[in-house]
Amino acid sequence: MSEIGTIVLSVIFILGGIFFFATATIGLLRFPDFFSRLHATGKGDTLAVLLCLIGLAIYEGISLTGLKIVFIAVFMALAQPTATHAISRAALRRGIQPWTKGEDKK
Amino acid sequence: MMNQFFLGTGMGISVLVLLVLYRVVFGPGVYNRIAALSAIGTKTLIILLIMGFVFQRVEMFVDISMVYALLNFIGCVAVAKYLEMES
Repeated sequence: MSEIGTIVLSVIFILGGIFFFATATIGLLRFPDFFSRLHATGKGDTLAVLLCLIGLAIYEGISLTGLKIVFIAVFMALAQPTATHAISRAALRRGIQPWTKGEDKK
Repeated sequence: MMNQFFLGTGMGISVLVLLVLYRVVFGPGVYNRIAALSAIGTKTLIILLIMGFVFQRVEMFVDISMVYALLNFIGCVAVAKYLEMES
């Protein structure tokens, strides 16, 4: 792969990550309920972090630093859903009811 | 060329961090605040790596970013467990 191809591929990945960061932020600000907000930010942030880290690793190339970036990507793919699950299970066990249609926002 | 791209990317993610900060400050209840803090932590991870690319010191900032990811995960799970056992 040539130099310009590597740069174009990494820019495409990073812009996709920015897009999913923006959608996760809009979901966190606009959704009516705690569980739906957590759904938006958990999934969107996981995908956005993976896309951004893969783009940066492609731009860095094959080296020890690129390997560390790939390691961070693997770690985030495991850790982010675990943290989201822990928060939602804690909220459900403390008795926060999920939002249904027709209720007020809370 | 790529330097300006990384600068613009970092500034865009910083604007998103400021938007999420609204949910941290005014969010109803403690769980919304924890979720928003976790989102801010993931965004900060990417900002740290982009700072490394801007300053041409990636091999230093990648270690800081790794530690930040670990601390964000451990803090999130610890606060969730504390709130679960509190009642």
